[in-house]
This record gives sequence, C-alpha cells and structure tokens, in this order.
Amino acid sequence: MARSNKPLLWLPFAGGGLVAALLTPVLILITGVLVPLGVIHLRYETIAAFAHHPLPRLILFGAVALPAWHAAHRLRMTAHDLGLGGGIAIKAACYGAAALVILAAAVALIAT
Amino acid sequence: MSRRPYVRKVERSWWLKHPRYISYMIRELTSLFVGLYCALLTVGLVRLSQGHAAWDGFVAAISSPLGVAFQAVCLVFAIYHSVTWFALTPKAMPLTVKGEPVPGIAIVGAHYVAWAAVSAVVLIAAGM
Repeated sequence: MARSNKPLLWLPFAGGGLVAALLTPVLILITGVLVPLGVIHLRYETIAAFAHHPLPRLILFGAVALPAWHAAHRLRMTAHDLGLGGGIAIKAACYGAAALVILAAAVALIAT
Repeated sequence: MSRRPYVRKVERSWWLKHPRYISYMIRELTSLFVGLYCALLTVGLVRLSQGHAAWDGFVAAISSPLGVAFQAVCLVFAIYHSVTWFALTPKAMPLTVKGEPVPGIAIVGAHYVAWAAVSAVVLIAAGM
C-alpha cells in the first residue's frame, strides 16, 4: 500500500485548530482589548523573562506556530473550494507564508 | 501518452447560492484572521528580541486605533472558529467509553470547560 503523507499534514492541522480554538481568543482579548484599555500591562522585563524560560518559550512558539500552520492548510483547502489552486502557486503562498511566520517566531524566541 | 482528465468547471460564486454554503465559507474564512493574528504575534516576538524600545513600540502599535480595530475583527472570527470547532468535535472524533458512545453534548461541553480554564489561566498569568 502506498504510504500517504496526509497524517503529517493533518496532525498539526488538527492540533493547530484546537490551539487556535482554546488559546487564540484570550490572547487577542489581552493584546487587543485589555492592554489598550490599560487593564493589563505587558512590561518588557516581565515578557522577556517569561520568554527566556524553556517551557514558556515552547508554549509561546506553539501558540504561534500551530495556529499558523492550521490557517495555511485551511486557506489552501478553501482556495481549492473556490476553484483556485490545484497549482503550485496557492500551495507556495499558503505554506510559504506559514513557514515564514513559524521560522521568524523560532528565531526571535531563540534570540530573546 | 495522451491523458486528458476531465476537470469539472467550478463556479467561483457557488457558495453564495445557499445560506449554509455562506456560513461554511465564513467558517473557513476564520482561518485567515487566525493566520493574520499569528503573524501579528510573530512581529511581537521579533520586536521583543530587539529590546526594550522595540517592544514598547509594538505595545503602542497594538494599542493604536488601527491595531485595536484589526484585533477586534480577529477576535470576532477567532471566537467563531472556537464555537464551530467545538461543535464539530463529536463528529470529528466520536468517543466510546466501555462500548457506549459518549453523547456529543458531553464532548462539546468538555471543550467549553477547557476553553474557560485555558482562558482563566492565561488571564491570571498575564496579571489580571
């Protein structure tokens, strides 16, 4: 039987969908509502110290990378639904953008 | 070798023809805003790695009227993603315990409990 690479695409897709569902709304609530209102202060020292520990660093990476991958895969499928795609351009745009975001997040977290 | 596979024409506007198709498209569109917000978070991580002044600039940007408006749109779509994602879970991963199927409402409910718990932990960690 021919082996499929679908599970490798699917696992992070489903994981990303779950992380996006559980975590993304509260993150937007913080950065988009509570910080602008002055209810929460994201001080440089606090955030930098947080991002310095291995586990929080991994959590921050997962919070960005998994939903980003999820979004890329889903947008590609939606493009297909709209009669776009099939070609390499949509794949490259979706996965390329996600790869860029994921790579930049990883490099930034390592550099912090 | 001549191979001419039949490719059926897809009308770009097919999803406008039924309210269900439209809500399906809105559901799928949530991923665009989830992705854009991830990109915004990444910009934040990059600014964080560049030091104090860069980070303060990022915080000022997300607190600006444009930043707030963009994130408000993202928040609406993100919540819509959560609700529709949870609603799908009993269909995507039906559970059986001791041979008995777990009712869908229990699976969906567990996800809402997890959502509330994760949100509370993050808010407390962020200093609420």
